[in-house]
Amino acid sequence: MADDKENLQEAETGDEESGAKQPVVGPDGLTRKDRMKIKRHGMPEQTPEDRVRNFSSVVLGYDDETAYAEAQRCLNCKIPRCIDGCPAEIDIPGFIYAVLENDLEKSYRILKAANALPAVCGRVCPQEAQCELTCVLAKKSPVAIGRLEQYVAEKMLDHYEKEPPEIEHVPITKEKVAVIGAGPAGVTVAMDLKRMGYDVTIFEALHKPGGVLNYGIPPFRLPRRILNAELNTVAGMGIHVRCNIVFGKTLTYDDVMAQDFKAVFLGTGAGLPSFMGIPGENSNGVYSANEYLTRVNLMEAWDFPNADTPVFVGKHVCTVGAGNTAMDSARVSLRMPGVENSYIVYRRTKDEAPARREELHHAEEEGVIFKFLTQPIEVIHDDKNWITALKCIRMELGEPDESGRRRPVPVPDTEFTIPCDTLLMAIGQRPNPIAMRSIPGLGITRWGTVTVDEETMMTEVPGVFAGGDVTVGASTVIMAVGHGKKAARGIDAYLSGLRG
Amino acid sequence: MPMAMPEPNTIVYKKRLSPNTVRIEVVAPLVAHKALPGQFIILRVHGRGERIPLTIADSDPEKGTITLLFQEVGASTLQLGLIEEGGKLHDVVGPLGHPTPIKNYGTACVVAGGLGTAEMYPIARALREAGNRVVTVVGARRQDLLVLLEEMESVSDELIVTTDDGSFGRKGVVTEPLKELVDDGKVDFVITCGPVIMMKFVAAATRDAGIPTFASLNPIMVDGTGMCGACRVSLGGVTKFACVDGPDFDAHQVDFELLMMRQKAFCEFEKRALEQWLAAHPERAQTWQQ
Repeated sequence: MADDKENLQEAETGDEESGAKQPVVGPDGLTRKDRMKIKRHGMPEQTPEDRVRNFSSVVLGYDDETAYAEAQRCLNCKIPRCIDGCPAEIDIPGFIYAVLENDLEKSYRILKAANALPAVCGRVCPQEAQCELTCVLAKKSPVAIGRLEQYVAEKMLDHYEKEPPEIEHVPITKEKVAVIGAGPAGVTVAMDLKRMGYDVTIFEALHKPGGVLNYGIPPFRLPRRILNAELNTVAGMGIHVRCNIVFGKTLTYDDVMAQDFKAVFLGTGAGLPSFMGIPGENSNGVYSANEYLTRVNLMEAWDFPNADTPVFVGKHVCTVGAGNTAMDSARVSLRMPGVENSYIVYRRTKDEAPARREELHHAEEEGVIFKFLTQPIEVIHDDKNWITALKCIRMELGEPDESGRRRPVPVPDTEFTIPCDTLLMAIGQRPNPIAMRSIPGLGITRWGTVTVDEETMMTEVPGVFAGGDVTVGASTVIMAVGHGKKAARGIDAYLSGLRG
Repeated sequence: MPMAMPEPNTIVYKKRLSPNTVRIEVVAPLVAHKALPGQFIILRVHGRGERIPLTIADSDPEKGTITLLFQEVGASTLQLGLIEEGGKLHDVVGPLGHPTPIKNYGTACVVAGGLGTAEMYPIARALREAGNRVVTVVGARRQDLLVLLEEMESVSDELIVTTDDGSFGRKGVVTEPLKELVDDGKVDFVITCGPVIMMKFVAAATRDAGIPTFASLNPIMVDGTGMCGACRVSLGGVTKFACVDGPDFDAHQVDFELLMMRQKAFCEFEKRALEQWLAAHPERAQTWQQ
């Protein structure tokens, strides 16, 4: 708080260290006072009516002028609180200042120094709860850090597509490290270790890298061209990426140890879907959100039959749950041909919905119909096993439960049905146990997550580290990135220690 | 000079067993090294292809190859059938699923229908190696749909073949000889793979006698590693994922009716994709028979 005051005071009065109350002028000729007068710039978006008819990016990104003007709002604080809010520890004032210097290459280098996936994070991070929450201007309106990050990263990825960058070449001087899972945690560990001189191999179970970024997040939030370009920059550093390897099946822990890998990082995510266990849940037309999103996003079923994998979607789609996965499922449904209504069914209220506010807002704008305080109790189906309706009961909020949220309790005699032909279960994911089973001695919680030392990210098995959703259950991309950074330092310290 | 090993995913052997059934050997050293009876792989033919699950019919760790059998029943398997020796699959991943529990049960009866024979062959062989007396019952609609008979014979103490139309072996269905064996009290263990309706009747044939019976299930799958749940099956009212909890389950507990209905979930799409593919491949459309 004292820092905030200092930062703001400084902004209002000029640099005190210089003695006189002289305004500090940036490369753009503006003083801090000038900067505080500029209003935050909105993000241009496709209109809701347009975007529900396509899978293209919802947000259109800042143009050069808007980005520059938004960058001018950053006060370049002496004690930058925004960085405290960033799990990837990005030098935020640094990358924004480089925008003002018209040096996007430098700006991107600053981003990449801390974060393997800036284009991804610029789009999918909940900045409002992180860097933009701790920004000194947060009370009025914070600098649009996420939008600037997206602007810089995408601008440079486009540029590098035409003019490939010089490859960041670090000679291999250290041990072999195996990274299990090419999601955000794994990719982060891999990049950081590669830069330290380690010989890194990523083993990925699916046929493409990216993990949840590829199978879970729809292209209208994260265009695949951008995702692939960003993943390619990592592979381009000389990290080996081997797809179609299911750790625990194709290759075991013993195998990698025998192949002279000296440390293992487990970044296998939370890919195991949950079902409610209500009658009729195995009806045709009932999917886990994971299956539905995997078909549409990873297998490109939105483009069937040009892509070979189909997905059945009827006219009335119910999605159970109110997290980000539920919003993605409901919004994908709106974009599928033939869909008339896309409902979110959630047993609590909007206030308790775990989804990011922006996702809720986008879903509402696009016409998702929210059925709050509604608990599904049975899937009704016809004699061919096809779902025809979802039977629900109304809920009301009672006393707070252990999570601090008011516990929803059923209101007697309020059963009703929602006619629907497609049902998506988006009520949470747990870690997949296949990889863990191959490593004896891991500590596993009752939620199926792997226990780690929070500083080093080492598991209970020496030399085996873990991070991202496999350690905390379904969380955010940036949390995985933060874990990846810590784990890379942990692995380096561990292996340095062994070397003596 | 020893020949250089072809790259992974290369088809090094291909044989057409019937107008619509193909046997291939694929270079997949890591899979071949790990594969155990009852496990499967998932492959993709091209960059926008479906993930196709296929049983590992045989594996050769020394050569680094696996043997796969498939029937061309839809657009994806027809695409697969076009790849010739020397050609490559886009992706191969495995081995997936739990291996079949192999031990000496006494007399083990292996009941295979149609292409299910491919799944049962390594299992029959392993059961024999574990000391069982192996009685194999193989059935198909017609003679030309019977596969791997010689292989099956080589690993069985007794081989009974049935065809629906009597074009080869005994006329009738596999459950008839199975019932006779059960009635004679000669069977200690049964494992079956084939059309769901057949597995359902196999389970019925052994239920009263209480003979441990396993069915190797083949529901629709996407990833094959437990992340989607497309392959969920019901066992005594409890939902299981065939890809990671199976594919072999206690046949007396399986809800076969549900499995049959769930297998039809995408038939409209499959039909559409097939029609479009055949229209684009007139030569193959002429020789292909449904």
